[in-house]
Amino acid sequence: MMPVIFITDGLIFLLLMMVFSFVWYARGQEHLRAPWRTVARSPMAMGSAVILFFYLLIGIMDSIHFHPQLENVNNEEQQYSTKILSLLDVTVTHLREQDEKTFSAPFAAHAYSKETIEVSDGSTLREYPRLNYGGAHLSDPDQGKTIDIILKSVVGVIIGLIVWCFVSSVIVFTSKCRTSLSFMGVVHSMLKKNNDIPWKVIHLTIGVVIVSLTVLLYLSNYYHIFGTDKVGQDVFYQSLKSVRTGLVIGTLTTLVMLPFAILMGLMAGYFRGWIDDVIQYLYTTLSSIPGVLLIAAAILMSQVYMDNHMDDSIGLAQRADIRLLILCLILGVTSWTGLCRMLRGEAMKLREMDYVQAAQAFGVSQFRIILRHLLPNVMHIVMISIVLDFSGLVLAEAVLSYINIGVDPSMHSWGNMINSARLEMAREPIVWWSLAAAFVFMFMLVLAANLFADAVRDAFDPRIRGA
Amino acid sequence: MTAYIIRRFLYAIPILIGVNIITFLLFFVVNTPDDMARMHLGQKRVTEQAIEKWKHERGYDKPVLWDSQAEGKNKITNTIFYQNSVRLFLFDFGRSDNGRDISYDISQRMWPSLSISLPGLFLGLFAYITFGLTLSFFRASYLDIWGVVICVMMMSISGLFYIIGGQFIIGKVLHLVPISGYDTGLDSIKFIVLPVLIGLVGGIGSSTRWYRTIFLEEMGKDYVRTARAKGLSEQMVMYRHVLRNGLIPILTGVVVILPLLFMGSLITESFFSIPGLGSYTIDAISSQDFAIVRSMVFLGSVLYIIGLLLTDISYTLVDPRVRLQ
Repeated sequence: MMPVIFITDGLIFLLLMMVFSFVWYARGQEHLRAPWRTVARSPMAMGSAVILFFYLLIGIMDSIHFHPQLENVNNEEQQYSTKILSLLDVTVTHLREQDEKTFSAPFAAHAYSKETIEVSDGSTLREYPRLNYGGAHLSDPDQGKTIDIILKSVVGVIIGLIVWCFVSSVIVFTSKCRTSLSFMGVVHSMLKKNNDIPWKVIHLTIGVVIVSLTVLLYLSNYYHIFGTDKVGQDVFYQSLKSVRTGLVIGTLTTLVMLPFAILMGLMAGYFRGWIDDVIQYLYTTLSSIPGVLLIAAAILMSQVYMDNHMDDSIGLAQRADIRLLILCLILGVTSWTGLCRMLRGEAMKLREMDYVQAAQAFGVSQFRIILRHLLPNVMHIVMISIVLDFSGLVLAEAVLSYINIGVDPSMHSWGNMINSARLEMAREPIVWWSLAAAFVFMFMLVLAANLFADAVRDAFDPRIRGA
Repeated sequence: MTAYIIRRFLYAIPILIGVNIITFLLFFVVNTPDDMARMHLGQKRVTEQAIEKWKHERGYDKPVLWDSQAEGKNKITNTIFYQNSVRLFLFDFGRSDNGRDISYDISQRMWPSLSISLPGLFLGLFAYITFGLTLSFFRASYLDIWGVVICVMMMSISGLFYIIGGQFIIGKVLHLVPISGYDTGLDSIKFIVLPVLIGLVGGIGSSTRWYRTIFLEEMGKDYVRTARAKGLSEQMVMYRHVLRNGLIPILTGVVVILPLLFMGSLITESFFSIPGLGSYTIDAISSQDFAIVRSMVFLGSVLYIIGLLLTDISYTLVDPRVRLQ
C-alpha cells in the first residue's frame, strides 16, 4: 500500500490532533471541565454523541487513502494501482464492486426495467432479469426471499449483539481501571438509576447503532439493501461515502474561519479606533453580499481558474478534493462575520474588566493580553458557535450541490444523491430509494448534531448556567 | 431623524464600493477576460481574433485598472474597472451573454419572485408567531416538550426534502395543484399555493423554536411579573404584554429581509420553475453567464444594505429607548 494524503485528509487529521490536545489540556483545568461535565450528564447529548462518534469513525476511515498494491506478477518492483482507495472502500469492498446494470429496488432480486432475454431454445422473452449480485444466492426469489431476509437479519443481530458485548465490556474495563470496583461492580454502578453520567443511555445507543450496522452490513453481502442507482451502484455504499463529505464541510469550514473570526473580532473589540473601523467595514461589506450568490460567484470563478491553470497530471479525485476545500474556504468566508461581530462585542465588554486593566497597568504586552486574558474568556462563545454551525453547514452542502455550486459532481455527497434522484422522480414505479437513503443518513447526523449542540449551548451559555 | 437617515445613507456608499471591489476581484482578476473568452468560445481550438472580438464586444479589451497610454483623466476612466463600476452604480447592468438586456429582465422577473416570497413571509410570520406563542403559553407541559422535539426534528430535515415531498404528495399523488409552472394574473394563484405552503412548512422548525425562546425570555421579565401581580389573567398577560414586546425583535428582524424578497429564493423557484429572479440566477449559474451573476450579486447587496437601513429606522420607530447616535 502506498498512502496518499489529500489536502482535506491532512486538515482532518490536524483537526483531530487539535481536538485531542484540547481534551488533554482541558482535563487539568477545572473551569473547562465543568461545562463539559454538564454536557456529559445529559442523556440526550450523550446518545447524540455516540451517534456522532460512529459517523466520525466512518468519516475517518474514509479519510485514509492509498494506492492499492497490484499483484506481483514476475518478481519485479512492487507496482501500485493508479486507483485511490480509502480504508472504508476496502472494508466494504463487496458494496463497491458489486455493480448492477441499472436501477434496482431495495432488497430486489430482479432489475427495475424489463429486458429482452434469450432463452436456451433461441426464442426471446421480455422479462425482468435477475440481478448479478442482489439476491443471486436464491434459486427462487419469489418464494424464499422474505424468509431469507429475516434469517439473515437474525444472524446479523446475533453478530451485532456479540460485538456490542465486546465493545461494552471494553468500556467497562477502561472505567474499571479508574475505580477500585470489580468488573461486576462497575456494571452494577452503571446500571444504577441515579447515575452521574447516563451510562445506560450510552450503552443502549451503542448497542442500537452496532446492531443496526452489523445487520445492514451482513445483509448487504447478499442484497442491495438501499437499492442501486442509475448506473447500478449500490446506494448504501454511496450513503456511507457521503458521510465524509458532510463531515468535512461541517468541520473544516469552521476550522478555516475560526482564526480569522477570533483574531479580528478580539482585535476590533480590544483596540477600538481605526482597527475597529477597518474590521467592521470588512465584515459589513462581506456580509452584505447574499451568501448563496457570493458562494456561487466564487465557485464559478474557481472552476474556470482550475480549468485554465491546473495541470492535467492532477487526478480527478485530487481535483474534486481541491474543489471541496475551496467550497469550505468560501463557506468559511461567508460565515465568519457573525462570530466576529459577537466576539467584538464581548471583547469590548471584557477590556473594561479589572483584570485586563490590571494587566495593562503591569505593562503586559497587548498581544499577551489578548491571548491570555481575552481569548480564554470568549472560548464559550466560540465553542457554542462551532457546534451550532455544524448542522447548518451539512444541510447547506445538500442545497449547494443541488444548484451545482457545491462539491464536485463526481464526489459522493448527499446533495449529489438527492440531485440525481430528483430527476428520476417522474419514473413509474417511482425510484425513491436514493432519496430515502440520503434522507435517513442526513437526518440522523443533523438531528444528533442539533441535540448535541443544544446541550453544549445550555452548558456553556452563562446566562442559562446561572439560572 | 433626517440627519440620522442621511448619515446612514452616506455610510452605505463605502460599503457598496467595497462590494463592487470584491465582485470585480472575483470576476476580472481571478480569471482574466482572456480566460473567460476561452471558456465561452471553447477551451483549446480558438483563434486570437475570436478572443479579441469577444472581448471587444463586451468592452473587456481595455486595461483592467490603469491605462498608461491614455491622457489625463482617461487614465482611470478608460478601464474595465471604471466602466463597469460606474454602470453598476447607475443600475445599468449591460447585456447578458445571449444579448438580452439584464436590467429589463430583472424588472420583468422580480414580480413573480415577489408573488411567492411576500405571501410566504406574511403567512409564515403569522403561523410561527401563533405556534411560538402557544408553546410558550403552555410552557413545560407535554405540549411544549413535544412541540420543541418536533421542531428540532423538522429543523434537521433538509429543505430539499420538503420541496420534493410536497411536490410528490400534493402535486403528484393528490393532484390538487400543478407541480410546477407559472401564469400571469389570477391564474397564477394555483401555482403559488404549493411553493408558499412548502416554504411555510419548511420554516416551522427553526422559526417556532426561535420565537418561543423570544417569548419565554420576555416572560421572565419584571413587567410580566408585575402584570400578573396586578391580577391580570394569563391570556391577558400573553396578548397585551408578552406578544407586543416579543414582536419588537421579531419584526425588526424581518425588516432586513424585506427588500431581499424581490430576489426570491433560488431553490424554490428552480424547483417550481417560476420565472423569477431566483431561477434567473440559477440559470445564469448553470450557463456560466458571468454578467448576470455579477449583476445579481451587486443587486442583492444593494437590497441588503437598504434592508439594514430600514432595520435601523424601524428600531428607532418601535423602541424609543434606542438613541440616534
